[in-house]
Amino acid sequence: MKPIHLLGVIPFLGILGGIFIANRVTPYVLGMPFNLFWLVMWVVLISATMAVIYHLDPANREEHSS
Amino acid sequence: MIALAVIFAFLLAALGLGLRARRGRSMDLEQWSVGGRGFGTVFVFLLLAGEIYTTFTFLGASGWAYGKGAPAYYILCYASLAYVLSYWLLPAVWRYAKQHRLISQSDFFVAKFDSPLLGALVALVGVVAMVPYLVLQLKGLGIIVSVASDGRVSSHWAIVIGTVALTLYVTISGIHGSAWTSVLKDVAILAVVLILGIYLPLHYYGGVGEMFHAVDKAHPQLLTLPSSGMSASWFASTVLLSAVGFYMWPHTFSASYSAQNERVFRRNAIFMPLYQLILLFVFFAGFTAILVVPGLKGADADLSLLRITTATFPSWFVGIVGGAGLLTALVPGSLLLMTSATCLSKNVYRLARPGTSERHIGRLAQWLVPALALISLYFTFNGGSSIVSLLLMGYALVTQLFPALLASLAPRRFVTKQGAAAGIVVGVTTVAVVTLSDVTVGSLLPGLPQAVKDLNVGIIALVLNTVVMVAVSAVTRAESPAPATTAALRPEAAAGTG
Repeated sequence: MKPIHLLGVIPFLGILGGIFIANRVTPYVLGMPFNLFWLVMWVVLISATMAVIYHLDPANREEHSS
Repeated sequence: MIALAVIFAFLLAALGLGLRARRGRSMDLEQWSVGGRGFGTVFVFLLLAGEIYTTFTFLGASGWAYGKGAPAYYILCYASLAYVLSYWLLPAVWRYAKQHRLISQSDFFVAKFDSPLLGALVALVGVVAMVPYLVLQLKGLGIIVSVASDGRVSSHWAIVIGTVALTLYVTISGIHGSAWTSVLKDVAILAVVLILGIYLPLHYYGGVGEMFHAVDKAHPQLLTLPSSGMSASWFASTVLLSAVGFYMWPHTFSASYSAQNERVFRRNAIFMPLYQLILLFVFFAGFTAILVVPGLKGADADLSLLRITTATFPSWFVGIVGGAGLLTALVPGSLLLMTSATCLSKNVYRLARPGTSERHIGRLAQWLVPALALISLYFTFNGGSSIVSLLLMGYALVTQLFPALLASLAPRRFVTKQGAAAGIVVGVTTVAVVTLSDVTVGSLLPGLPQAVKDLNVGIIALVLNTVVMVAVSAVTRAESPAPATTAALRPEAAAGTG
């Protein structure tokens, strides 16, 4: 486990912990109730987090030749 | 009738693709079930994504948005978190599976724990969990065809016809059929969901924001998670349970074997979460249906998406929606059937009759497909659960394999085969008892705070499972200190397609 892999914990905090705080209808964002917007935002952030991990993880560089 | 004709055309196209994919390949078991381990990023993406866009997402997610409101959002979250886990989990699984030429999920446990008996247990748990999953696909097929035909084809007959088509398709082409039909399915479902999710709120309310405001005004409780029952703590525990269970499904687990290299998974972990956002449009359609086609109660909420479609669009378009829906049942259904058949013949039958040849096992797997289809058909006609509750039950069962799997990947092995087996048995029994007797954490322990009472019961089963696994391992390990790590390299563990 390299330190960069710890980034993978963030999405779990955002969704599993965040829902306790974000469970409300207002304010509406982009037409969506706040709780739905919050979760959608995190799905996008998961993708971003995984992209960062992918690019910083040496495992993916070593394999470039294959 | 135009709608039905269009749906039928989709069915023929799927069968045609399945038959074509078979041409030019000799079908041994490795070819039939893991595509010769030659699939690249795109095909693995489609297979694993194809697994997600099932009747469950199409009819179930809109049905839950319609009937339950905000709790439906859990469906958007769990797969995304599962992809985060997959970044580390799947490469490890794939590497080991390739080394040992494994085909099914239970092969993995057989090799890791050097115990064919544990493999048979895993296979049985997997098959039992897959039955509700198959049932929900068949239910979906029935709903689609009967609503699209305005009730002229009864849902019973629709289910029978769908099952026959599914069985033929799997028996003939194996996984190659699934991959190609996945392409057709994904294009169709993507188009249909986007059109419905954007057009319906626009048409009836003038926009998504206006639609949500109207729903909130008519049903003020619907758009937030309630303070008890399906509360935030139910949400968090259900998302976690489903994320952990995601890759424990035998068909998803073994679909990962078909990748060319392990980077395929790491790259897919970036893009798969975005693909989840399509679900958002399914929710939009379900929420729009609340005030447009009101009055669908209980399991009937699963009809909401199709009801609003028939109320809004001309017949030919209803046919396209139904056809896309048909594919969302066929593709995952075929994968489910094929995997259960492979598990049963390779890991259960082989154990009972060790001398059976590879060819015979392969033939038996193909014959088991119609038998399993018949069993699911029986349960489809004899159960009244909604699509989402069926899947939640399957998830709670299959998640019980996770602790043993995780333990088997650790560099220093602590968990013994007895420990793994005991944990799985306790976990699965807990889920079964709880599901059949309808108890909740709250009714068992009424003194606890509400947040604990609302926890998904699968989590409780998972905790019991882990405790028993560790305890039994500690005892059996003290009795026989033989190292388990080298055992996996024995030749019979590698008996793939010799």
